[in-house]
Amino acid sequence: MSPLLEVEDLKVAFTRRGEPDSVAVDGVGFDVQPGEIVGLVGESGCGKSVTSLAIMRLLPERGNRVTGSIRMDGDDLLALSDSAMRERRGKDLSMIFQDPLSSLNPVISVGLQVTEVLTRHRGMKKDAARREAADLLDRVGIPDPRRRLDSYPHQLSGGMRQRALIAIALACTPRLLIADEPTTALDVTIQAQILDLLKQLVAETGTALVMITHDLGVVAGLCDRVNVLYGGRIVERAERHELFRTPRHPYTHGLLGSIPRLDGPPGEELAAIRGSVNDNLPWTDACAFAPRCPRKLDACTAGTPPVTENGRLLRCINPVEAS
Amino acid sequence: MSEPSAPGPLLEVEDLAVHFPITQGILVNRTVGHVYAVDGVSLTIEKGETYGLVGESGCGKSTLGRAILKLTEPTRGSVRFDGRDIAGLRGEELRRARRRFQMVFQDPMSSLDPRQSVESLLQEGMKAHGLTGGHARLQELMDAVGLPKGALRRYPHEFSGGQRQRIGIARALCVDPDLIVADEPVSALDVSVQAQVLNLLSRLQAELGLTYLVIAHDLAVVRHVSDRVGVMYLGGLVEEAPAGDLYTDPQHPYTRALMSAVPLPDPEIEDRRERILLTGDLPSPAAPPSGCRFHTRCPWKQPDRCASERPELRQLDGAAAGHRVACHHAEAIRDGRIQPHKVEATAIDDAAGMPVGAPEHAASVNEILGR
Repeated sequence: MSPLLEVEDLKVAFTRRGEPDSVAVDGVGFDVQPGEIVGLVGESGCGKSVTSLAIMRLLPERGNRVTGSIRMDGDDLLALSDSAMRERRGKDLSMIFQDPLSSLNPVISVGLQVTEVLTRHRGMKKDAARREAADLLDRVGIPDPRRRLDSYPHQLSGGMRQRALIAIALACTPRLLIADEPTTALDVTIQAQILDLLKQLVAETGTALVMITHDLGVVAGLCDRVNVLYGGRIVERAERHELFRTPRHPYTHGLLGSIPRLDGPPGEELAAIRGSVNDNLPWTDACAFAPRCPRKLDACTAGTPPVTENGRLLRCINPVEAS
Repeated sequence: MSEPSAPGPLLEVEDLAVHFPITQGILVNRTVGHVYAVDGVSLTIEKGETYGLVGESGCGKSTLGRAILKLTEPTRGSVRFDGRDIAGLRGEELRRARRRFQMVFQDPMSSLDPRQSVESLLQEGMKAHGLTGGHARLQELMDAVGLPKGALRRYPHEFSGGQRQRIGIARALCVDPDLIVADEPVSALDVSVQAQVLNLLSRLQAELGLTYLVIAHDLAVVRHVSDRVGVMYLGGLVEEAPAGDLYTDPQHPYTRALMSAVPLPDPEIEDRRERILLTGDLPSPAAPPSGCRFHTRCPWKQPDRCASERPELRQLDGAAAGHRVACHHAEAIRDGRIQPHKVEATAIDDAAGMPVGAPEHAASVNEILGR
C-alpha cells in the first residue's frame, strides 16, 4: 500500500534580518498510511506544531523558509499554488487545533461555520447544508444539534466547542486529519470523551490521523505508530507497543520515567531528566540531548549521531538496552 | 517549624463556603445570584502531611485554597491554623500570621515581579516579617531549591520555566513557613521538568518537615505527591482517601469516572481498560443541581434520594481508615448491587433557574464573573 502522506527531510527555519536563522524543524521525515493513526510526541519547542502547520501550509508567508517535500497523492503540497492548496485544505486534509475558542469565529454562529465548508467544498445548497450540518453535530455528540446550529461559540462549553471543530474538520470526510493537542485545554473527563469520539470517527470513516501531543498517555491508547521528537528532529520511531515496552532512546526512556503514574506506587522518587531544553546543543555537531542525557559518551558531542532504522528508527549511539 | 506548635492537626477547615455574588446594573449593582464556588467543605491536615486536592476546572479547588489562606474572604465557615482561628483575623495580625502559611502559584512568570532581582524578591518577604536575610541564608535557599550560585543577581526572565518555579518555591520558603499551599505547581511545566519540581517538593518536605496542600487537576500528579487526596466536584468534597486507596478502591462514581479517564502511558493496559465516559459537561456552579451535585451525570443515579438529599462524607464498612465518601449508594455500587446505566447528555442551558448573565456552561468561575 502506498502511503497517504509522505514527509521527507522537512526543514523549517525562521529567519530574521541581521540574526542567524532559528531552525524549528530540522529534517523531519515520516509517512502516514491510509487509515493509520500516527503520533508526533514531544515537549514544547520540539517542532511538533510547526511540522503540522508546514503540512497544512499555514505558516506565515514571510519570515520562514520551508524546504523538503510533503507528498500526498503524488503531489508535493509545498509546490502547489495557493489556490490549489486552498482547494485541498478542508477537503483532503484538515486540522483541529488546541484552543477551540480561538479557532472558531466568535461572531458567526456555529451552524454557519459548519455549513460554510459544505457549500464551499461539496457545493451543497443552503437547506441541504443545514440539514447535513445538524447531522454532523449529532454525530460528534452535541445534544440538540438543530438548536445548536444557531448558537455562537461563546455559548458552548470547551468540550462542545472542540466537538464543533471536529464536525467542521470532518465535514468533507478528509483522508487526513491533523489534530494538534486537541485535548490539552480540556478537563480529563472531557478529554476521554473527545479521544473516544476521535477513535470512533477515524474507525468509521477510514480517515488517517496525525496526533500531535505532549502527553504520552494519550498516545499509548490511540496511535498505531509513534514519532518522538526532540529539538526539531525525530529521535525515535516505533510501533506503539514496542515503544512503550522497550523505549530505546534515552530521551523517550527518561520521559516515561518522569511521568507519575496513576497505577504506580505513590510517593516514589521520579526518574527526572536533568536540565531543560535550554541546554540543547545544535544538532550539527553533537546530539542535542547530550547535555541532559544520563548515557552520554564522549562521542555524543563529537558529531551528529547517525540514524539507524531496523524496525524502529533510532538516533542515538548509546541507546538503552532492549531488555 | 521553629515555633512551638499546639498539639493536634495543623489545619482544620470546617464547613467553609465561598459564594461570589453575581451583580448587575449600571449605577447601582444589584446582586442577582451567587456562584457557589466552594459550598461547605470540611477537611483537616496533619502536621508534616501532604493533602492533595483534585478536581476539574470550576470545581472550586483553587478558591478553596485561596480561602484557606484568606486571600479570598470566605462566606461562612472556620479555618483553624495550629489551633487558632484565622478566619476572623484582620490587618496587622493577619499579616503577621501569614508568615507561617505561604503559597506557590501556577505561573511563576506572573507571580514574580519582573523588575526585581531574585535576591530582592526573596528579601522583600523576609523584611516584611522582620527576618534577617543575610547573604548566607539566601545562598542556602538557592542550594536547597537547586538553583545555581549566580541566580541571586539575575531577574525572573533570565530563567527557564522550571527554574522560575524553583524561585517561586524559594520565595515561599524564605520566611520559614509551616504550611505551603501549592496551586497547580507543575501544570505549566514540561513533563521532564515537572518531575524535577515534584522531586524537589518531596525532598524539601522531608528535610524541613513542611506540610503541603497541593491543588492540581492532574490526578496522577496529586496522587503521586500526596498522603491523602480529596476529590472535589462542584464546590464540595465527594471523596477523601489515602493516596494508595484512591486508585485501588475508588468509591464515588465521580472518582471512578475520573480515574478511568486518566490515560496511562502503557498501551497494554490502555487496550484492556474500561472507560466510564461521563456524558455532558459540568453544571454551572451558579445553579448547582439539587441533592447530590453529581446526580445529573451519574451513571449509577437512583430515583430515591440522589436528586433530593445532599450526601455527607461518611466511612463505609470495611474501608481503609480515613477513606470517606459522599454518596448515598456507595455500598451498593461497590458490591455491584446497582449497575451503571446510560445517561443521556442533556443540553444544559436556557434561563431556567439560571441567573441572567451567567454563561450556560461556565468552564470556570472566572468565566462567570467575566474576568
